[in-house]
Amino acid sequence: MPEKISNKERMKIPRQVMPEQDPLIRRNNFGEVNLGFTEELAKMEALRCIQCPKPTCVEGCPVGVKIGEFIALVADGNFLGAAEKMKEDNLLPAICGRVCPQEEQCEIKCVVGKKNEPVAIGRLERFVADYERETVGIRVPGLKPKTGKKVAIVGSGPAGLSCAGDLIQMGYDVTAFEALHELGGVLIYGIPEFRLPKSIVKAEIDSLKTLGVEFITNAVIGLTDTVDELMQNGYDAVFIAVGAGLPYFLNILGENLNGVYSSNEFLTRVNLMKAYRFPGFDTPVFNCKDKNIAVFGGGNTAMDTVRISKRLGAKNAYIIYRRSDVEMPARAEEIHHAKEEGIEFILLSNPLEFLGDERGWLKSVKIQRMELGEPDSSGRRRPIPIPGSDYILPIDMAVISIGNGSNPIIQKTTPDLQYNKWGNILVDENTMKTSKKGVFAGGDIVTGGATVILAMGAGRKAAAAINNYLTQVNRIY
Amino acid sequence: MHKILSATFIAPDIKRFTIQAPKIALKRKAGQFVIIRINDVGERIPLTIADSDSEKGTIDIIVQGIGKTTKELNTLQSGDYLTDVVGPLGKPSHIENFGTAVSIGGGVGTAIAYPTAVALKQAGNHTISIIGGRTKEFVILEDEMKKVCDEVFITTDDGSYGKHGFVTDLLKELIETRKIDFVLAIGPIPMMKAVAEVTREKEIQTVVSLNPIMVDGTGMCGGCRASVDNKIVFVCVDGPEFDAHKVDFKTLMTRNQSYLMEEKESLEQHDCRLNSLSSEQGSVGTSQRNVILSN
Repeated sequence: MPEKISNKERMKIPRQVMPEQDPLIRRNNFGEVNLGFTEELAKMEALRCIQCPKPTCVEGCPVGVKIGEFIALVADGNFLGAAEKMKEDNLLPAICGRVCPQEEQCEIKCVVGKKNEPVAIGRLERFVADYERETVGIRVPGLKPKTGKKVAIVGSGPAGLSCAGDLIQMGYDVTAFEALHELGGVLIYGIPEFRLPKSIVKAEIDSLKTLGVEFITNAVIGLTDTVDELMQNGYDAVFIAVGAGLPYFLNILGENLNGVYSSNEFLTRVNLMKAYRFPGFDTPVFNCKDKNIAVFGGGNTAMDTVRISKRLGAKNAYIIYRRSDVEMPARAEEIHHAKEEGIEFILLSNPLEFLGDERGWLKSVKIQRMELGEPDSSGRRRPIPIPGSDYILPIDMAVISIGNGSNPIIQKTTPDLQYNKWGNILVDENTMKTSKKGVFAGGDIVTGGATVILAMGAGRKAAAAINNYLTQVNRIY
Repeated sequence: MHKILSATFIAPDIKRFTIQAPKIALKRKAGQFVIIRINDVGERIPLTIADSDSEKGTIDIIVQGIGKTTKELNTLQSGDYLTDVVGPLGKPSHIENFGTAVSIGGGVGTAIAYPTAVALKQAGNHTISIIGGRTKEFVILEDEMKKVCDEVFITTDDGSYGKHGFVTDLLKELIETRKIDFVLAIGPIPMMKAVAEVTREKEIQTVVSLNPIMVDGTGMCGGCRASVDNKIVFVCVDGPEFDAHKVDFKTLMTRNQSYLMEEKESLEQHDCRLNSLSSEQGSVGTSQRNVILSN
């Protein structure tokens, strides 16, 4: 590695390409699409970072990873040092390195990116985390002395995990409650194996267990124990991070036909219950082989769903979206990968009705073409129906992937929390405090459906706020 | 892991389990269910809690073996373990003193009707139970119902026990002879639908417990959606009990057949394995609650 390298020379290095599985091969398997940087590629990419005195990339990171510092260590070949630096701010780097939308967060703010392509921060993060795990195993940071206080975390998804990681390091006893039989929330039931291998989620959760976080599965807070009961049972604070988890449907005719799914159901069957290995695993899912599959929506969840259907043998797999590709909320990389795998995009098209056969099975969808009008409240151009443009598209399975409302279980059993009209828990933006004393909330249950890293950011913010709250409580007595 | 403390066949292919689940035993109310998984490759199936003992920390479930999972479940014995038991899920039954309340159970549906009959009695209702079975040996929980209800009637399809005929025949007779204020009907979908038709014209408040295919059981997946009053409901969080006069039974029945092919495949594989093991238990089993009740 060159000892002194000028910024000019750094800027000349092209952004390194991460090896990935060939699209024609990977669309037939559930193996990971991205294969990760080699050591050489990582070092070369790290050299592209010009080590800005005021790194704007960090501002873009919801958890404030010291990006420049860890990248400098990568450039020096000190990969384990880089991992340690990273974990000062993020205990789940292998997950974040894979699923964060870096192009909208840190990388969009990268100074190098103003003239050239930005430094591949996400890929370096992933490399560093994988390197540590695969060479010496995940090392965990030290803990502060025990405070004697207990915190309950409701939900073991990204918000809950990041909050648990911070609090355990601060010296709290932490118990995380999970409704399902496996830990990880959306990381397990939502994101498919080919984008985030479950073994990696398990490994990072195991590192939290090593730190002393207690996990309890099959615990539906609100039913198994209420939030009030947690407080009565000796928890000094509760962090509610149950996710969104109540899928929206289109509310059009034929939506209850057999073969119509929510993304949540389809993904849960495949990812959590391993239906792609049926009958080795007991849970079935629609047999996609040689069928026409349509996924309605344009987000990352829609991309995950449609790419799974292709892997399950779909003949034609469509994304049907009512706006154009510019307005699609999915990550550019996911759209790119989907197209490479042969997914067909039917844009500016809106479903009007599902049509079935006499036995109640989906056979087709009536589609209306749209054109874009003036921008709406979201700033995106509003889709307007084109009269007389209806047509029938034959499909065998439809998956509705248009987002989630808030799950009602906590709301029904914790009446003294305040909610907005969509059922999201209201919190103080700075402290994540709810209207109920000692109860904090964050992640999708507060924001509505968002990203893994935003939820992790909320979890960390809540951890700091809970620490603050419990420290003050201490002072009073 | 949840230990099975007792497991006894109470009818052909119908087994009653007592399972260690202290927290659920303490919290559960009539009408609520659990989701169980019998092993690491198992599916999640919903089963109504038939009874519980909060002091002993146990719950009872009653399982009919039709599909792969229920058949496999019914091979388990006292001392075996269930991998996952989660609950209590769903809304408890709405209980009040209606006056005269009739609780109707068809087949293994009687196991689901039983806890609600107990609650209806405790709320002060004159409680009548109608237990229906295909034949005498499929009439279950007769003694238990007799302990809690003021009157118990039995019907069998073949007349081998009790009154010859369907539960609806008996219900019609009751309605003609006295004032009925509330009806609870739980059993195969055609039975629940038939009961709803009988009470609709008499304007008797009627509740049914729906049995769709579920995955998570907490509202997250929407797989258990049904049409009630022309609106989509999620049975796991909005139910499982609904106004019988507003339920679209046809859609429920159709949706419950979503995986007929897969269930057959799974079952064949299971039977195959059982035969090759020449298990002494090879005959019995059950399916998912939804399969049982829809067939």
